[in-house]
Amino acid sequence: MEQQIVKVKNKRGVKVIPGFGFSMGVTLFLLSVIVLIPLASIFLSTARLDFREFWEIVTSRQIVSGYIVSLSCSFIAALVNVVFGLMLAWVIVRYEFPGRRLMDGLIELPFALPTAVAGISLTYLYSDQGWIGSFFAKAGIKIAYTRIGITIAMVFVGIPFVVRSLQPVLEKLDRQYEEAALMLGAGRTYTFFRVILPELFPALLAGFGLAFARGIGEYGSVVFIAGNIPYKTQIAPLLIMTKLEQYKYADATACALVLLLISFALMLLINSIQLHMQKFSKC
Amino acid sequence: MKKEATQEYEQDLVGDGINSIQKVIDPHKTEAAHATKYVLISVCAFFLFVMLVLPLIVVVINALRDGWAAYTEAVFDEYTVKALQLTLLATVSAVAVNTVFGVFASYLLSKFYFRGRQLLSALIDIPFSISPVIAGLIFILTFGNVGWMGDFLKAHNIKIVFAVPGIILATIFVTFPFVFRELLPVLNAQGKDEEEAAALMGAKGFTIFCRITFPHIKWALLYGIVLCTARAMGEFGAVSVLSGHLRGKTNTLPLHVEILYNEFNTTAAFAVSSILVILAILILIARNLIEWKRK
Amino acid sequence: MVLKTMKKIKENVCLSLLSISLLGGILTGCGNSSESAGKENAAVELLNVSYDPTRELYVSYNELFCKYWNEKTGQDVTVTQSHGGSGSQARSVIEGNEADVVTLALAHDITAIEEAGLIEGGWEDEFEKDSSPYTSTIVFLVRKGNEKNILDWNDLIRDDVAVITPNPKTSGAACWSFLAAWAYQQEQDGQDEPATQEFMKKLYQNVLVLDSGARGSTNTFVENKQGDVLLAWENEAYLSMQEYPDEYEIVAPSISILAQPSVAIVDSNAKSHDTQEAAAAYLEYLYSDDAQRLAGQNFYRPSNETILKEFSDQFDLGMNLVTIEDFGGWNEAYKKFFDDGAIFDQIYEN
Repeated sequence: MEQQIVKVKNKRGVKVIPGFGFSMGVTLFLLSVIVLIPLASIFLSTARLDFREFWEIVTSRQIVSGYIVSLSCSFIAALVNVVFGLMLAWVIVRYEFPGRRLMDGLIELPFALPTAVAGISLTYLYSDQGWIGSFFAKAGIKIAYTRIGITIAMVFVGIPFVVRSLQPVLEKLDRQYEEAALMLGAGRTYTFFRVILPELFPALLAGFGLAFARGIGEYGSVVFIAGNIPYKTQIAPLLIMTKLEQYKYADATACALVLLLISFALMLLINSIQLHMQKFSKC
Repeated sequence: MKKEATQEYEQDLVGDGINSIQKVIDPHKTEAAHATKYVLISVCAFFLFVMLVLPLIVVVINALRDGWAAYTEAVFDEYTVKALQLTLLATVSAVAVNTVFGVFASYLLSKFYFRGRQLLSALIDIPFSISPVIAGLIFILTFGNVGWMGDFLKAHNIKIVFAVPGIILATIFVTFPFVFRELLPVLNAQGKDEEEAAALMGAKGFTIFCRITFPHIKWALLYGIVLCTARAMGEFGAVSVLSGHLRGKTNTLPLHVEILYNEFNTTAAFAVSSILVILAILILIARNLIEWKRK
Repeated sequence: MVLKTMKKIKENVCLSLLSISLLGGILTGCGNSSESAGKENAAVELLNVSYDPTRELYVSYNELFCKYWNEKTGQDVTVTQSHGGSGSQARSVIEGNEADVVTLALAHDITAIEEAGLIEGGWEDEFEKDSSPYTSTIVFLVRKGNEKNILDWNDLIRDDVAVITPNPKTSGAACWSFLAAWAYQQEQDGQDEPATQEFMKKLYQNVLVLDSGARGSTNTFVENKQGDVLLAWENEAYLSMQEYPDEYEIVAPSISILAQPSVAIVDSNAKSHDTQEAAAAYLEYLYSDDAQRLAGQNFYRPSNETILKEFSDQFDLGMNLVTIEDFGGWNEAYKKFFDDGAIFDQIYEN
């Protein structure tokens, strides 16, 4: 509710709060040094190819199949993460029960565990000989070395993004509206979907976007569980690594550039949807 | 913090009678709420157990597979300790830089309206959406022999990639937006009325920040730092590309794990991984201590 | 007030930490590269960039060499080791990892460094036996008892056999396996290429998991118990046997390939570090009897025939080994089989 205030232009058109120049300076300086200047190298390196070569590389069948695997799996993984992330954030913020703090603390684990270790452990669990995988194998479902396995690894690396995006917003959420809705006779389910969820939507979307983007780029944990069969379970980052192993820098950066542009477009889209929604709810 | 809030909330409800009215009107609604609560908690617990706890158990079991002696030997190995030091150095640097950046950038984007805000915000998010492999590669393509700054750096005898500065840079890069992302929603939600009021009353920028803005964001800042620390410690892909794997010099803990694993030293690899798990738990405890102290 | 001071302190701490760490980092970086200025009896530092499973070998070898060098010249020498996938290690040297010597899995990777201008031409002949002090080959690792009765390459295309091997595009070992299988079938078919290609297609249809590296494949086979047979480096197969003595056995196929891990001095780095002499001695000494025995103990085949015979109960010396020269050398083989759109890619199309 209060978020819109910021987005509305200061009516006087004057910046009252001091520190604009200084913060802008620090922000731009660090952003350029750490992100933008190194990033420019991708463009420089790709520019060694002419457009036809570039197009041929990024539309070759293997690369396209890699993109499809990465995008579809991480999309599903991000959806799963949104559902469970919402539940987790809700449970952690709203309920008091023994083990809540432990639950809260566990959320960061996928970050701290090196991705390769996560990949090896997940494969161990989900292969048809593993603790969980053997269970599913009886039902004829193979998890490790299929796209389901890839999705699971991506769920693993993406959980913290959704939970941690939602948590601060959920904590700050004003309960008056819920209470009002409940008092006015709305059911709990109705209240949740009509009152609470719209409030959380921007944060949910942000979390979805981050988890999705992380999944697309994920390499370390996925290669172990993926099986890496061409056209079936080969992810895009692996194909980029393959290009590098062949000393084809320009090809590798071309593929990387496409991946980057997809993620960047996604981020911009999500940002503008957020903005759009805020404007609407303001009216 | 949350506990406090919940208690307050409950008291509130009991106190002003809203809850009691509701109970009178519709008693089974709260029962349903209770049921929902326990169902949700169990689902979450199950999900966390399967997705996060079981992999951890695998790590611990494998780490201890050859007994305690083998475990301590792997953990206190000379090169493990050196890798730990490097990881800590990279983590501290990343947290320091990203905290400074996150505070300024979120202040900028929440308190001021200017052209290109959306773009700036999306640019800051880039490290999230970039594959770690590419993140490492861009530094190679910038500072390495094949990079456009390579000749200049070589002429001045400055080593960035395949040395400690490169590792620090890569770690900063992958964790770059973390603090910013945590702070921004909170600052946005808080609005800028208070700052404007203070400014109109003549307060200086630094005072405004310390007295008004900072108290609002300190917990979000803490979350951000925790997240950033965890991610910085575990970073593998980007660092792996530009470390050169020099034993005892440019190996971070996750790289050391990889190397041990690749040498068929599985037990030691998992033992070293468990150090990272322990560090994560230490951070968790530290955060809880701070939250508890705050009451 | 308290908050203000706290913040101030915090900011100061942050800033100083930042500057210290960055400065410290840059200084260590500079320090490393300028240390080589000291000469004569000052310690020599060597950086050996190698590939994954050689660490144990070089840990022991470095000790051996340090002693030898110290006795010979009175100089102390410290060797820093670096291990990783052979291809990415070669790349790191090209990109600026200042190795004095490289000891990699494939001659192809060293050629790549040569093409980048860091190694002078003719390195293959700088040391004996094509600059390969030890060799290895590809063998089958099967589960104890060999229930599926896998004895040679043609068993791998049976419907009931599942194969584990890494992807040749990202793993050197996988290239060797591919070429060994190819050589076997060429002999069976009398050099008929389409038939051989069909055989390879069947073989790779039986591949269950195509990991990105040799170690990943071993893990898939050993820890996750996937597949019936692993195409592995001989030395890695022995390492798995050592770890699980009762669970696996090694099968030597009738034809395999002689894999020659190569060594070379990275001339341009050695020159700027002034370590040429020590670097040359470091690689030369790999051919000494002691070092050759060390290689054998680490399951590499010593290139010295007499010492190889000492290990005859360990290695199957009766295997028929083709060499990369039978394929016209690495560059040609790579272009024909593994480059984009080449035979390996064709196998997976449709």
